[in-house]
Amino acid sequence: MEKFSTLISTTIPLNISNVDTDQIIPARFLKATDKKGFGDNLFRDWRYDKQDNLISDFALNNQKYTGSILVAGDNFGCGSSREHAAWALAGFGFKVIISSFFADIFKGNALNNVLLPIQVSEDILQQLFQVVEKNANIQFEINLEAQTLSVLGTDIKTTFDIDPYKKTCLINGYDDIDYLLSKKDKIEAFELQKTQSL
Amino acid sequence: MKKTLFDKVWDAHVVDTIENGPQILYIDKHLIHEVTSPQAFSELENRNIPIFRPKQIVATADHNTPTQNQHLPVSDELSRHQLQKLGKNCKKNNITLYELGHKYNGIVHVMAPELGVTQPGMTMVCGDSHTSTHGAFGTIAFGIGTSQVAQVFASQCLLLTKPKSLRVIVNGTLNKGVLPKDVILYIISKLGTNSGTGYFCEYAGDVFENMTMEGRMTVCNMSIEMGARGGMIAPDETTFEYIKGREFAPKGKDFENKVAYWKTLPTDNGATFDKEYVFDAKDIEPMITYGTNPGMGIKISENIPNSENESDKKSLAYMNFTEGESLIGKPINYVFIGSCTNSRIEDFRVAANYIKGKQKAKNVTAWLVPGSRQVEAQIIEEGLKDIFKAAGFELRQPGCSACLAMNDDKIPQGEYCVSTSNRNFEGRQGQGSRTILASPLVAAATAVEGTIIDISKQLV
Repeated sequence: MEKFSTLISTTIPLNISNVDTDQIIPARFLKATDKKGFGDNLFRDWRYDKQDNLISDFALNNQKYTGSILVAGDNFGCGSSREHAAWALAGFGFKVIISSFFADIFKGNALNNVLLPIQVSEDILQQLFQVVEKNANIQFEINLEAQTLSVLGTDIKTTFDIDPYKKTCLINGYDDIDYLLSKKDKIEAFELQKTQSL
Repeated sequence: MKKTLFDKVWDAHVVDTIENGPQILYIDKHLIHEVTSPQAFSELENRNIPIFRPKQIVATADHNTPTQNQHLPVSDELSRHQLQKLGKNCKKNNITLYELGHKYNGIVHVMAPELGVTQPGMTMVCGDSHTSTHGAFGTIAFGIGTSQVAQVFASQCLLLTKPKSLRVIVNGTLNKGVLPKDVILYIISKLGTNSGTGYFCEYAGDVFENMTMEGRMTVCNMSIEMGARGGMIAPDETTFEYIKGREFAPKGKDFENKVAYWKTLPTDNGATFDKEYVFDAKDIEPMITYGTNPGMGIKISENIPNSENESDKKSLAYMNFTEGESLIGKPINYVFIGSCTNSRIEDFRVAANYIKGKQKAKNVTAWLVPGSRQVEAQIIEEGLKDIFKAAGFELRQPGCSACLAMNDDKIPQGEYCVSTSNRNFEGRQGQGSRTILASPLVAAATAVEGTIIDISKQLV
């Protein structure tokens, strides 16, 4: 797994609540059997019209917004468990998603793909949208070790929570399979005890 | 210490606890399908890791299968490839697969319970968010991503932080024409789409105690639509009676021993929940959604409420509805009865009972898609297919179908579909399609009338 420690980047704002995984990657693109290429169809029906023309006022198509941080509205990633949503966001080039609330399954999927979900308060989120709207070139700095998010050149700085185990995984590039395989003995002992107790 | 149903099942499956971190939870049953498994198989293959417990995995083809001419090769090349991949992966790893055409084939959340794979007190996962369905049996069942599918393949375990507990109580007697689907749509309309995030939900009270297993599955199925990873209902005689005699259910003395254990699972009196909501059954009426998330629901007799924010406005604009508008009388050209929410025999009985002696409206294209081959067989056996046929309806073959429109069952751009499925997201049933979620009764009535009617008035 890739590692994540710090990131400085401009951002793309998507000020919409309840963005579901069907919007992130529509079901008709889930027929692939590998993880590649989903970035091309990220937010497909918001980025392109039926004739495949770019919809210019959608944030991802607005040339003034660039970078590998997506700032998104409340309850991001709700709906289907499709990990294809995380693959699409990562495939497009995002490394961090900031929102005031993440759906459960999406959050786990993102972390398993080194796509860092950062949850901030609704108040901070609105401040972030405002600074980006004023200045699309403004840069955000993420420091995973210190668990901080700062907007460079402003006094906006906040801390964020992350599961300490997941933090270690991201910083060192470990994944859950490595960990679980190291516990094989315990798992087998559990199975044995379970069969005997029945 | 007083324990909840969830605590009891969870605690019985904890292998180990990481200090300051998640727990290792043992998974009894792993259900897989063609869409979210191939990348997990590849992951293990690339890392040279064997599948740890293939006997605890059950596979079916459902998400991406046609609902007509299933005996012919699947015409869409990508879909065919994906289905073949599942076949190859299962064969190579000795995993039981109920492929297209098999008598046990069906939607994963319909076929597993009807085969007795799902049992109380188990932990179950599947790469599908509606895995919460199996909670109807007092099972901890939840949807996972593909990385987690790979983790379970490798170790039969997952690393998880124990969720918080939530209980939704509904007491009283349901009004006429109010089905389990209306109960869960009502709950979600009151609580919103993220009130359950970070929680596991238990549904309690007379309304759920008096429900059939099919009804309980409909309720638990939509737990994820309020953000809860899973929903559970305490196992009782209704549960045991449903499981008894099914293909993979324990038999004889083994069954009796299991029942004795299952009876210990319900939440202890005095156990506490982190959050609790109480509703009264008499306040619930037939429901319908008007927006683009399942929380945007109203009683069919109500008008669309005023928008509270930009997202609500965007939603109404997508649906081409206005604030204060009533949906009664809206012409509807598409009706879908199916999906892991409402494609069980009871759902088709409700529809057939309404449709009997009536005719499908000429403007309506209706897709009736059973949840499994077994449900399909039962529909035929009970004579429901004849009722549908006489009324101008066509019964299709099982699969997820128009719920997510991965196959050819797509609602055209701009069209409304009154659907018994679980999600009304933008484009969920096809690019530009507009979904209105409802019960099988409301869907059947819409198909007959060609417009939305106030079913509650008709039943008085």
